[in-house]
Amino acid sequence: MFCHTPNRPSNDLSSTSPWGHLVSANRRQFLARGGFSLGAVALQQLLAGDARGEGGPTTAASRDAIPMLPARAKRVIYLHMAGSPSQLDLFDYKPDLDRLHLQDAPAAFLEGKRFAFIKGVPKVLAPQFRFARQGESGQWMSELWPHLSRVVDKLCLIRTVHTDQFNHAPAQLFVHTGSPRLGNASLGAWATYGLGSENQNLPGFVVLLSGGKTPDGGKSLWGSGFLPSVYQGVQCRTAGDPVLYLGNPGGIDRGLRREMLDTLARMNEAEFERSRDPETLTRISQYELAYRMQLAVPEVMNLAQEPEHILRLYGAQPGFVSPAESADDPRVLYKGDDPTFANNCLLARRLIENGVRFVQLYDWGWDHHGSSPGESIDETLPIKCQQIDRAISGLLMDLEQRGLLDDTLVIWGGEFGRTPMLQNNVRAEFKKGFVGRDHHPFAYTMWLAGGGIREGLAFGQTDEFGYYPVENPVSIRDLQATVLHQLGLDPHRFHYKYQGLDQRLIGPTDEGRVLREILA
Amino acid sequence: MKPHVLVLLGTLLGLRPVVAADRVEFARDVLPILSANCFPCHGPDEHDRQAGLRLDGPQHIAQARNSGVPVVPGKPEQSLIWQRVVTQDPDTVMPPPSSNKVLKPAQIELVRRWIAEGGEWQRHWAFEPLRRPPGTLDDQVLEGLARLAPSGGLRLRPRARPETLVRRLSLDLIGLPPSLEEVEAFSANPSEQAWAELVERLLARPQFGEHWARMWLDLARHADTKGYEKDLGRTVWPWRDWVVRALNADLSLEEFTERQLAGDLRDNPALDDLVATAFHRNTMANDEGGTDDEEFRVAAVKDRVDTTVQVWMGLTMGCSKCHSHKYDPISQADYYRFYAIFNQTEDADRFDDNPRLELPTPEQQQRRDEMQRQLGLRQRDLNEARRRQEDLELQGQGPWKPLVAKQVRSEGEAVLTVGDDRAIAVSGPKPDRDVYLIEATLPAGRHTALRLQALPIQQPDGQPGLGRNPADPNFVLSELHLDLVVDGAARRQPWGDSKADFSQPGWPVAAAIDGDLKTGWAVSPRSRESHVAQFELQTPLVLDSETPVRITLSQQYGGSLVLARFRLWTSDVAWGELTLPSPSPDVERAQQSVAQVQQQLQQLAGEIPQLPVLKELAPDRRRVTRIHNRGNFLDLGDEVQPAILAGFGPVPPVERPTRADVARWLVNDQNPLTPRVWANRIWARLHGTGLVETEEDFGALGAWPVNGSLLDWLAAEYRDRGWSLKRLLRTIVLSEAYRQESESTESLQQLDPQNRWLSRGARYRLSAEAVRDQALAVAGLLSLKQGGPPVMPPQPAGLWRSTYNGRSWIDAEGEDRYRRGLYTYQKRTTPYPSFLMFDGGSGEVCQIRRLRTNTPLQALVTLNDPVYLEAAGGLAKRALTSPGTLEQRLRNAVRLAVLRPVSADEVAPLVQLYQRALARFEASPGEGEALVTAARLQPGDTSATEAAAWIVVSSAILNLDEFLTRN
Repeated sequence: MFCHTPNRPSNDLSSTSPWGHLVSANRRQFLARGGFSLGAVALQQLLAGDARGEGGPTTAASRDAIPMLPARAKRVIYLHMAGSPSQLDLFDYKPDLDRLHLQDAPAAFLEGKRFAFIKGVPKVLAPQFRFARQGESGQWMSELWPHLSRVVDKLCLIRTVHTDQFNHAPAQLFVHTGSPRLGNASLGAWATYGLGSENQNLPGFVVLLSGGKTPDGGKSLWGSGFLPSVYQGVQCRTAGDPVLYLGNPGGIDRGLRREMLDTLARMNEAEFERSRDPETLTRISQYELAYRMQLAVPEVMNLAQEPEHILRLYGAQPGFVSPAESADDPRVLYKGDDPTFANNCLLARRLIENGVRFVQLYDWGWDHHGSSPGESIDETLPIKCQQIDRAISGLLMDLEQRGLLDDTLVIWGGEFGRTPMLQNNVRAEFKKGFVGRDHHPFAYTMWLAGGGIREGLAFGQTDEFGYYPVENPVSIRDLQATVLHQLGLDPHRFHYKYQGLDQRLIGPTDEGRVLREILA
Repeated sequence: MKPHVLVLLGTLLGLRPVVAADRVEFARDVLPILSANCFPCHGPDEHDRQAGLRLDGPQHIAQARNSGVPVVPGKPEQSLIWQRVVTQDPDTVMPPPSSNKVLKPAQIELVRRWIAEGGEWQRHWAFEPLRRPPGTLDDQVLEGLARLAPSGGLRLRPRARPETLVRRLSLDLIGLPPSLEEVEAFSANPSEQAWAELVERLLARPQFGEHWARMWLDLARHADTKGYEKDLGRTVWPWRDWVVRALNADLSLEEFTERQLAGDLRDNPALDDLVATAFHRNTMANDEGGTDDEEFRVAAVKDRVDTTVQVWMGLTMGCSKCHSHKYDPISQADYYRFYAIFNQTEDADRFDDNPRLELPTPEQQQRRDEMQRQLGLRQRDLNEARRRQEDLELQGQGPWKPLVAKQVRSEGEAVLTVGDDRAIAVSGPKPDRDVYLIEATLPAGRHTALRLQALPIQQPDGQPGLGRNPADPNFVLSELHLDLVVDGAARRQPWGDSKADFSQPGWPVAAAIDGDLKTGWAVSPRSRESHVAQFELQTPLVLDSETPVRITLSQQYGGSLVLARFRLWTSDVAWGELTLPSPSPDVERAQQSVAQVQQQLQQLAGEIPQLPVLKELAPDRRRVTRIHNRGNFLDLGDEVQPAILAGFGPVPPVERPTRADVARWLVNDQNPLTPRVWANRIWARLHGTGLVETEEDFGALGAWPVNGSLLDWLAAEYRDRGWSLKRLLRTIVLSEAYRQESESTESLQQLDPQNRWLSRGARYRLSAEAVRDQALAVAGLLSLKQGGPPVMPPQPAGLWRSTYNGRSWIDAEGEDRYRRGLYTYQKRTTPYPSFLMFDGGSGEVCQIRRLRTNTPLQALVTLNDPVYLEAAGGLAKRALTSPGTLEQRLRNAVRLAVLRPVSADEVAPLVQLYQRALARFEASPGEGEALVTAARLQPGDTSATEAAAWIVVSSAILNLDEFLTRN
């Protein structure tokens, strides 16, 4: 590990917490020297942080609170393509659509359906790119995946994912928080709550964005909802301070900051002696963590430390700031060689290598309705694929060569799929730069890799138009249950008490099912 | 039954422990179980109801069925419910395995005990009528403490020290720390009377409204932008300023509600009544290309319905959009009946956010009045010049001959008169729409075209105008006909080409002869000067003899947009040679002069704030409301008529309820929810957490209240004393319970870890805005300027770039850099980052409460954000100038922040920090200068090195836990 931190506390209870721990060495020392006893229960509360259970060796006392299973994955990298890529042009090959190309869609497609944009009777749209079987597993892959096709035997493709949301923000919220409405905890927050972080100097849950825009679901996608806010995702930026306000003001160096924090800690400890308010102790430790983050975050975010061959593997370029980041409309600036997503993939590896539990990437720009060449299947999709194809295959290869893929779960997908029909909007005709598909919640493709998932598997089958699953449908709740299960968290029992209810990622009913068929 | 299971369950449900000796309380213990597990299929939702069985009411559970009676009081084993939940038969067990619901043994036991104890039904507590419990607020708190610790011994804690009380009160009432003088004055004489006087002074401060407005702005999902993808700016601040004024004036909740929900429906609404209605125009609007305006109009109306019911009554309506509510008594039809009331406003997700209310400043109004006076004069000149030119034409000099009307009449019973100058003037009754019929004779010969000249009259405002509606003197000529009358029969003459000297965009002259009454020719914004339209007869008329004709001017737009005066002409010249009249040099000059003022007016209009407001549709334009099947606005079901939700207090007996009726129903003495929800909310703002923790949900699935009797006492107090926020606050802060010290003890920490029972004074971290306002206040930087457009204090560069939006964030200089947080520009997609980190919201949807967090990112804000660095500079400046030794000055500096006497021991760490910082800056003076510059400190006589060291200690002081906390 390269992420050195000076001043690292000798040892403490923090080895498994998201933010180091609510209890830092500092607090323990303080508790020891503070000369009073909080009593066993209160102390336990402080240590456990709101009855949170521990996976670590030193605080097994409250482990019962978190139902643990044998874990197959220790960490997660989740690649979300915001806007939702077309599964029919990338993974789910449907030659029958060629036959029906530009004919009126069969009535069965339309009855009782609502679309975001489609009106009237739309035309069927053939796959817009060539497909070929790839790898030993012989998966059908689009020609847009020259690099990913080479590692296809690492993937477990699920072609029958379905959701019940068909607008971006609610569908994204549903995938990531288990509820289409605001206010629930995200998958990353749940994982960090359940497992803590293995690095006390970095947030346990980090979010990286590319594509020039925040996904429609906004910051709630990585919120902690009802979980304590220490579990929320921290967005790291590629320009300016990687975390807002991370840098000290001019004139205050690290030594002086240390002096300030020591002074503050002494005075705040005195305040705690007066108030007996546990929040005061938490504040002391949060200031300590902030101090450690100031060093650790820039370090881990510095891609220049990577050797040339690794940068090439991903197609990464240290220091690159995409013009899309400051454009009014990033879509007009999309270029296949924009390395922002590749940089984020490499950062993801560096972060998990340093003990970050959950790294969430969002890449914006996948909503290809065909209303302009900047958002079309024929012109934009190839560019977007070019931005991510090498980066993702590089990430998978790099994780594997470092022995990290076995216990790192990689997830790829959008919030829903796209229709087998041409979007029949104002420009109804089939025209270059205006080829698009509408939102399709009934069946789409996601894939998983590593983390104890079977390799080279294609799970689930859709009908001849790719409209509905005909075999092994997989709900969002099934996926969520499976991810938690791989992390060693029993999806049905892993909960948080809030508003008098046992809140769970998979929701109040027991719809979610662990997909045992895809486990290695 | 083992008691400990019940204890555990009670804890799970967030309740006080149910011990075996207690009776099971249906509403608290059993109803939530039935709500979550049974009602989805056997509840109010008629669509999903199974086997025709309902279990959601006393009459339902007592009703015998073939298989038995659901609940037989006292006899669980004979009760259908009990039999079905305990059976081992997978085909009949309830809930069925397919529902994936499983009742826990403890839940089944509660159901059994409830039946065994008599199976008595109770309504959900919050729907029960509100009655005032006896005693004082302090009595209620004490009774709560007795319930919390039945063995006794819990009393109110002693009063907090006077300094702490003053700071607490000031932060609670006005969101700002008190001045040192206020603290000293009260500490010197902490009498009852002094406390009461302090309370009055603070309640009367203009900053009171600013502080409490923040709560309302969260609830009102206020922001300065429209939201969604483009997130363009919107003028909302006049409404925000109204809220501040209303709170300062202590408008009763009745008035506060009625004006915001329905100010436009009052008789002769004042300007402020209209401003208040912007409350429900805070809904988001989507300007994204390709979106369906109707979809987002519907979304905005649903948001208004949901926000209204959630904000006032603490009920979630989300479910009922798609299906009848599974838990609370609101059916899908109820929802859309209620929605129908709100579905009748003019706004429709338009790009310009119309309808909007112009709010010129007095200065702008004066400038505009003057410009309009000028415009009137110049238009009169123009019309005069035109008339002179016409006179020549009337004398027959030109290709057009005035038509001599024989008979003129109006279908709308207006009075038409023909003048000597052949002009036809309209007077008398003023119908909404009108048709003018002009009978005339055409002389023998050739006739190629008809000309219509719209002529101005003097309007009531003294200015010229063409139409009969003084507010909008435009006209719309929907259709023009020329009929030959031969032997009593009318022979319509088809039109050919047409042209006009001016047409309003979207209202071309050709639309007056297109056979469509919905289109027409109009002339806004140039409706105060005469205009000419010429119409070609498709085939020239060649008449052997004088022939009668009838000309019809149909004007069907409505709103009395009809001609006030006009003249008709005919010509015998070939159409191709009939040019539009070219202006004489006089006319041309006058036209330019008019255009000049018009341009100035237009420019001024761009500067005048335009506030989106509610405006009811005219009765004939009302929308039909239908149920949206599964919430889909494209999948429409049965039509519904507007109606108020039944079951929550008396519904006004009107046939067609309006928003005003909704307002009166919401804040009605018999509504059980509104007073509870509001009292809980106000309590939570003072004490950190509500007595009902789920401030947002008072329905069956919300949290059970801690000390429900206290909540009812507060709710009744609020309701019965005029729904006055200030009165309720006064009652609370004058109580002993409020004035307890906040210091905790080990046993209190165990008994009441979150202080929900008020077993001690409340202690919690300040809100996002208060953290910043307080830092600026103690730094002596805070500006108390009130109102006006939002401001942009410093934020990190590059944050503010919403897609497709050119606006940028420019850090304010001067006073606006240090205004209260309330005035910070709020962009929905990119909220001010330091507020976000301290749990502020985005204003996208109604935020009922803010969760309070404690994170390292907050530490980074108060240590490194330039706002706090400048505050440290300000505090350093104040400390620098105070007299005494270093230690005395440091004690004073800490005191300026925490407002209590500070001992020498306490500041020992700061003395050390100061000396180390000083040593460091002496070693590298450049660093000290950099810090002084960044903190914007003008050191005056002090050296930069010393000033920098003071900034370091000041920054530490502003990060003290005690400073960030209200205790």
